[in-house]
Amino acid sequence: MESGVLSFDAAVARARCKRYRRRILDLSQNVSALHIGGAFSCAELVDAIYNELMRKPVAGDRSPDTFLLSKGHGCMIQYVILEDLGIMPKGELEKYCTPEGRLGVHPDYGNPGIVASTGSLGHGLSMVVGMALAERGRRTDGIIYTVLSDGELQEGSTWEAVLMASSLKLRNVVAFVDNNDFQSLGRTSETHPTLYPIVEKFRSFGWDAVEVDGHDISAIVAAVSQRLGDRPFMVVARTTKGKGVSYMENVPMWHYRAPNADEYKRAIAELEAQP
Amino acid sequence: MRNTFAEALYEQATKNKDLYIVVSDISPAGSMARFSAEYPDRFINVGVAEQSMIGICAGLALKGCQPFAYTIATFSLYRPFEMVRDDLGYQNLPVTVVGMGAGVIYSTLGGTHHTQEDIAVAGAIPNMQIIAPCDPPECTDATRWCAQQKNGPVYLRIGKAGEPVLTKDAEPWQFGRVRYLRRGTDVCILSYGVITKMAIDVANRLQAQGKSASVVSVHTMKPLDREGIADALRRHAHVIVVEEHAPQGGLAAWTKQIAWDTRAACRLDTFTLQDAFIHNYGSWEQLLASHGISPERILAAVV
Repeated sequence: MESGVLSFDAAVARARCKRYRRRILDLSQNVSALHIGGAFSCAELVDAIYNELMRKPVAGDRSPDTFLLSKGHGCMIQYVILEDLGIMPKGELEKYCTPEGRLGVHPDYGNPGIVASTGSLGHGLSMVVGMALAERGRRTDGIIYTVLSDGELQEGSTWEAVLMASSLKLRNVVAFVDNNDFQSLGRTSETHPTLYPIVEKFRSFGWDAVEVDGHDISAIVAAVSQRLGDRPFMVVARTTKGKGVSYMENVPMWHYRAPNADEYKRAIAELEAQP
Repeated sequence: MRNTFAEALYEQATKNKDLYIVVSDISPAGSMARFSAEYPDRFINVGVAEQSMIGICAGLALKGCQPFAYTIATFSLYRPFEMVRDDLGYQNLPVTVVGMGAGVIYSTLGGTHHTQEDIAVAGAIPNMQIIAPCDPPECTDATRWCAQQKNGPVYLRIGKAGEPVLTKDAEPWQFGRVRYLRRGTDVCILSYGVITKMAIDVANRLQAQGKSASVVSVHTMKPLDREGIADALRRHAHVIVVEEHAPQGGLAAWTKQIAWDTRAACRLDTFTLQDAFIHNYGSWEQLLASHGISPERILAAVV
């Protein structure tokens, strides 16, 4: 992990995320709908996990660390990163959501690089706790990374797992909340104003927790490298749903929709114009 | 039965360092104390948090471990149902969900503590296997099997305490195969779980009347031994199903289906709980009797 921090290059990371967003936009033209807003909001988080935080595989083996996407509906970003890393075979994403392919709208355990089936919210963090226990029991030292949605913090089962992770002192859990303030029906801060402040809630549950700009990869990587390390760690990441394409940003419709041909062109042009 | 479960699990834990038990604020006595004392890292008490209990077991299994989830049956299966379905069934993970005190054993605790439809509910999940041992030795065999299998999830429906031994002279236990506890010619009683002791009682009384009865433990409720049941329907002129479960989705319904599919010619009677909640209290026998299940009622069906 530390070597990843040392070799970190923000410009390279930004270029990667631009490429990932573009790849998702390209794929959006093959299907009638996909979860684009929630994939764009956690692009930098998932990029940081795979490309900067998780240790590299040793001699062709898998990384000793694990990533489980608890907010399964964001998996387009996971798919394109897995493809970029060579874990997801080329051509698989072209068959997304078709009878010829094996990839659907939510991650399915057994597909390349997918460690658990998610899509129903509130399941991921308990599975992360179980995985972290297994790593501890075997003294294999693996870190379990996960990304939750802010809407997922409404699930009681999430808080069962929050309580257990700290009670079991699982120092090998590193979690992120993709705090984009939107869910299917509108702004989370309007429907659930008492969810805030989020960071303090995790701290009061015995976690080490910080808040960062979820689109600043340097800040994400720095936050994780500076964690206490004696308890589970939560990064509450301020993000923008649909980040990177102006007409998608903070517009609920883009939770689950594919751009038409004109919208696609505008989106690509906007992305290309960004630094 | 729960104590023999604990003994068998402890024995397996000594042999397999990847065996975990995740309990929800309840624990079998006896050997489980030894388990938690000797292997504190593999005895996890999540407290009153059953959804997390199932999810944690799934996470352990995803890393190759062999976890058991343990609490009272209503809370191990109904409360976290979607976790059982998605995390265990959909991902097909070798996690054993122990439903302790299933049926109406908690006869004075009310309907919140009864599992009258657990076989139907668990059996509806693809990949789920179901075992309901009839006595402590069968529970030991089943527990050992669960601790070593990698097929997928298991719902292990066990009793509470004080069940008599019914399988002393029976053939060896085998997953997925019906087990004759005794063989007779006139009547065949199919049963599973704790209520099998009532089937033995009925068989003993029939014997006193000069009739001979087979008693079969259908301990594996999924996958069901269809051939074994079809064979029982062929060999006996009268087959009786006795089960501590609602009429839908249990052994009675399955046996009727098999009887139809195989054009069985025998007489078939079924004694099940009704499709109704229970608001009355009393002993286990009294609750069953209020739903029409008693040795006398079953005997009256045998002409």
